[in-house]
This record gives sequence, structure tokens and C-alpha cells, in this order.
Amino acid sequence: MIAGWSRFNVVSVVLGFAFLYLPIVLLVVFSFNESRLVTVWGGFSTKWYVSLFSNQGLMDAAWVTARVAVISATVATVLGTMAALVLTRHTRFRGRILFSGMVFAPLVMPEVITGLSLLLLFVAVGLDRGFLTVTLAHVTFSMCFVAVVVQSRLVTFDRSLEEAAMDLGAPPVTTFFQITLPVIAPAIVSGWLLAFTLSLDDLVIASFTSGPGATTLPMKIYSQVRLGVTPEINAVSTLMIGLVAGGVIAASIVNKRRAVQRARDEQAAERG
Amino acid sequence: MNSLGSIRRVFAPWNDPAAKPYIVFERVTKTFGGFTAVNDLSLVIYEREFFALLGASGCGKTTLLRMLAGFEEPTSGRILLDGQDMRGIPPYRRPANMMFQSYALFPHMTVEQNIAFGLRQEGLPKPEIEARVADMLKLVKLGQFARRKPHQLSGGQRQRVALARSVAKRPKVLLLDEPLGALDRKLREETQFELMDLQQELGLTFVIVTHDQEEAMTMADRIAVMDKGKVMQVATPAEIYEAPASRFIADFVGSVNMFEGTVERSDEDGASIAGNDGFSIRTSNTGGAARGSSVAFAIRPEKIRVSSKPPEQTAFNAVAGEIYDIAYLGDMTVYHVKLPSGQVVKASALNAARITNDPLTWQDRAWISFDPDAGIVLTS
Repeated sequence: MIAGWSRFNVVSVVLGFAFLYLPIVLLVVFSFNESRLVTVWGGFSTKWYVSLFSNQGLMDAAWVTARVAVISATVATVLGTMAALVLTRHTRFRGRILFSGMVFAPLVMPEVITGLSLLLLFVAVGLDRGFLTVTLAHVTFSMCFVAVVVQSRLVTFDRSLEEAAMDLGAPPVTTFFQITLPVIAPAIVSGWLLAFTLSLDDLVIASFTSGPGATTLPMKIYSQVRLGVTPEINAVSTLMIGLVAGGVIAASIVNKRRAVQRARDEQAAERG
Repeated sequence: MNSLGSIRRVFAPWNDPAAKPYIVFERVTKTFGGFTAVNDLSLVIYEREFFALLGASGCGKTTLLRMLAGFEEPTSGRILLDGQDMRGIPPYRRPANMMFQSYALFPHMTVEQNIAFGLRQEGLPKPEIEARVADMLKLVKLGQFARRKPHQLSGGQRQRVALARSVAKRPKVLLLDEPLGALDRKLREETQFELMDLQQELGLTFVIVTHDQEEAMTMADRIAVMDKGKVMQVATPAEIYEAPASRFIADFVGSVNMFEGTVERSDEDGASIAGNDGFSIRTSNTGGAARGSSVAFAIRPEKIRVSSKPPEQTAFNAVAGEIYDIAYLGDMTVYHVKLPSGQVVKASALNAARITNDPLTWQDRAWISFDPDAGIVLTS
């Protein structure tokens, strides 16, 4: 048993959390600052949120980011799921180790390298940099994250479910769409959300592969900050934090509820 | 006519030379990498038979079943089902359905949807599917659970859903892979009889894989005992028990005492064996053993009598020893009698009377004896 909280423990926890969250808290607090100065508190106000929505440049960038994130996450999910399926199902094909290494290499590849090499590729094939190239670049680096998430689910997938479906007369394609896909759907959704978030906050790769007219929100924020931080930036950042945190919290609550309900059902079923 | 065991079988197509085999394994071999799971195995199963594949884990029985279902292809040899060669036919086009050991219920579907899955693949009209699902639910007595998901069911209920799902398509053959393995003992015994009734009712051919000999004995018309990818013996439960083909079978099925010895006489009246345990054995069957050959005389514990007094004659089939251990099981008592040679003989006595006037206790001197037709001579 833990015998209460020692002073050392309390201090460690407070310092640790402060280190993690103080910058974010400051950012959020100053987004409600009346004053134009980022570091001086001038009273509570929501005017920066109002002015944010009339800042066409930021709004355009937000719209580009949202579209890039949705499209790239979706494409990456399809490709990543396919890669995960091949890697878990066909364990004996030639070059499997090479292939799995190649799928997962971008996980540890420095973003600068990924961005630069993609840029060189786009230039070499003569693709004009813009919305398409950013989206393609995001697909490239986020599909391996999807593959990892889906693969970890597939490893524990009970193959006899598929065998049972085929035994009952379902051809392989039907089996995949009616049995495999619904069962691994939670992992695929997680993979999509991960890819979406990664795309949302990517700055480095987007800077390399984007072009005129396809400035993403992180790029816009970064370029504006170089001219001086305005509370508008605080406001847009606060909204992003809210979006991501809201999503994560909602997902974990849903998961938790489902697990609790399931445990309850199982207990009830065993009692008869 | 003398019969083995206490059951007269009316259904015995395997004794009828005109009977047409329904499932045929013809010199089937299956290897996985360097491991031979099934080794040059031939086997015939008849229509409406309840057939059990019995063996320890790794003996190849599940591989055999999976080849019949179409999940594995034989490396060599062929499998015929109702006269049709099954090579190259995928599982979803075979007239056999399987009940999985893990039940493999689809977790995202309700009980109803699970049972209807196979029927939907056939493209049956909706009202017909509903009617058949309702029939199945009635058959396995799960009507009130139709809308539950698998995780909301107990183990026994899941087992019944799996069963209903696999028979819903009215397959020609139902394959059962350790169907009762996950149930507790009491439920297992009940379900054994339910399965037998179901097989009678539906008139299907059942092929069951099990490692539980009691389960195989209870349910099956015939049992194939398997070891290392080969069939050691195919016979009715009574034949397997009373006339095992080898030392392996005798030892694998039930409890047995084996006395090794040398045949001194062998003719149509039976055989005499000089036992290595210091007493001679006379038996009414010879097992085809020639004079001078080394054999084992196998006898089941319930066919050995134990008493404190010497039997009527002590020249053969009788020897004195010491009570070494006693297990009182209620319906019967098992005595372990240690012979002077050191061998411990198991003898079980039915407790038909509540009170006995010849009670035995530990370290008592006791005689064991048996009749000439009580055991069997094994040469292999």
C-alpha cells in the first residue's frame, strides 16, 4: 500500500505537470487577453476569436489543412490497412522482411529527410507543388502509423472467424467485408484519427511539399509568428487544442463505456 | 452369437459389404514444412454415422477434419465426399459445415444474425431465412436470446449458437472440433446426449474430433484412434474397449492391466501364457499369437475379482498379492494390488451391495483372479 503522499511525490507531480502543461495553459489564457500584447494581461475578452474569423488568410489555411487531413488520412488508412493485412497474413512471401522494414522506416525517418526527398521527387517528375503534393506527402508518412495500429489488432484477430464465414458459404471477398472489416473497424478508426492528427499538425513536411495557394494552418501560424505573435494566433491554437483534446477525450470515454458495458454483460451472461 | 460389450447395434453399415462409403480418405498425407501431420491415412465413414476421431493433441485429428472442411489441402492422396473428389474445392463450396472449438461466433452480430449468416450466403428469400432461424433457435432452446450478442451469452449458450449456426444450412456432414471442450463437466454430459439426439433427429453424418475418450465412447458409432498421423484402430466403442488391436490402444482407452509373457500353447481352444509375473494365464482367445512368441495379456480392472480367500483353483488366472492402495469412488472401489513381482494390478469392484462381509484394507493379503475370456492377447 502507498502510505499517503510524501512531500517529494507532491513536488515531483506538480513540477512534472507544470513542465508539460504550463505553456499550453498560458497560451489558452492569453487567447482571452484584452490587450494586444501577448505577455501583459489586460482583462478578459473574446475579441481575438471574433477577429480570427474575419482573418481570411488564417481561415483559408484552416480550410486547406482540414481538406488535406481528411483526404490524406482516408487514403493512408486504406493503404495502411492493406499493408497490415499483407504483413500479418502472408508471413512467408519473399522479401517480407524488406517490405515490413520499408513500411515502418518512415516512423523513424527524420521529417526533414522525408520532406526533402519528397520535394526532390515532385520536382523530378514535374509535379507542381500545391494541394496535391502536400496531400500525397501526408499519405506517405502517415500510412505507416496506420499500418502499425491495424497490424497490432490483426495479430490478435481470431482467424477461425474468417474460416467459419467461409465454411458457411461466404467467398473470401464477402468474408473480408462482412467479418474481418467490422471486427477490426475500431483499429482502423484509431488509425484514421492518428493519421488525421498527424496531418493536422505537420509543419516540416508541408513546408517542403506545399506550394502557393496550399498553405496549411501550421505553416500560416509559423510564418505569422515570425512577424510577431498576435493573440489571434493564441486563439487559433486554442481552437486546435480544443479540437484535438475534445476528440481524444470523447474517444476514450466511448471506449471506456463500451468496455464497462461489455464486462457487465459478460458477468450477467455467466450468472445466467 | 457372442457380442462385445452390452449393446446390440442395429445401425452398422461398416459390417455391410453393400454399403456405400460416404466419406473416403484415400492414402492421405499432409505435411507442414518438415512435420508430417497426417501420414498415408485411409479411412471410410458411412452416411448418418456418428464418427469420432480420438487422439492426443498433435496426432493429426484436427488436420484431418480441416482437410475435410477444405481449410487444408492434402499433400498427397485424395478425399471423396459422397463420391465427389474434394481436391481444389474451397470451403465455401463444400457440403460440410464445421463447429469450431472456439465457436468462432461473429462478435458484431446477434445470435439471430450469426445463425442466418450461412443462409444469407445461399441467397435464400428473407421469410425462409427467418423461418429457419426460428426453427434453429427452437432446436437449441435459445429463443429468448435471439437478439443478444455473443459476449452476452454464457459458455453453454455460445456453444449452442455455434451448433445452431453450423446445422442451419442442413449440411450433409457436420464437423465438430472438440465441441464440448470449453464446457464444465456437468454441462458436457448433458450436451453429449443432446448432440446424439440432434444427430438422430436431423439424420446427418457427424465427424467429431476429441481427445476425451469418454466423450468419444458415449457419442460415437465408431471411433478412429489416432497416433502420430496414423489411424491405429477403427472400431465401435465396445470393440475398442474389449478388443483393442494393440498395447497402445489398450493403454490409451480406459484403464488396463498388462501382463507380459510367453505363449506356451496356442490352438483353437485358446492359449496358455507363462506370465512374467509368476503365474500362468489361460485365455479363450489367442490373438493369433504363435507358440513361443512374447505377448501381452491385457485385462480391464473391472474384470478382475479381488478377495481375501483363495479362489476355487489357483493353478492359473490367479495370484496372491498385497493391497497397496484403495480408492473408494462410491459406485465402485478400485483396489491396487501389489504382486510379488512388483507389478501393481488395478481391480475394480462394483459396490452393488451397501454392506460387504469381506472387507479389505491396506496391507491385507488378497487374491486376484479372472475368467479365461476376461482378457485379450496382444501381439503388437
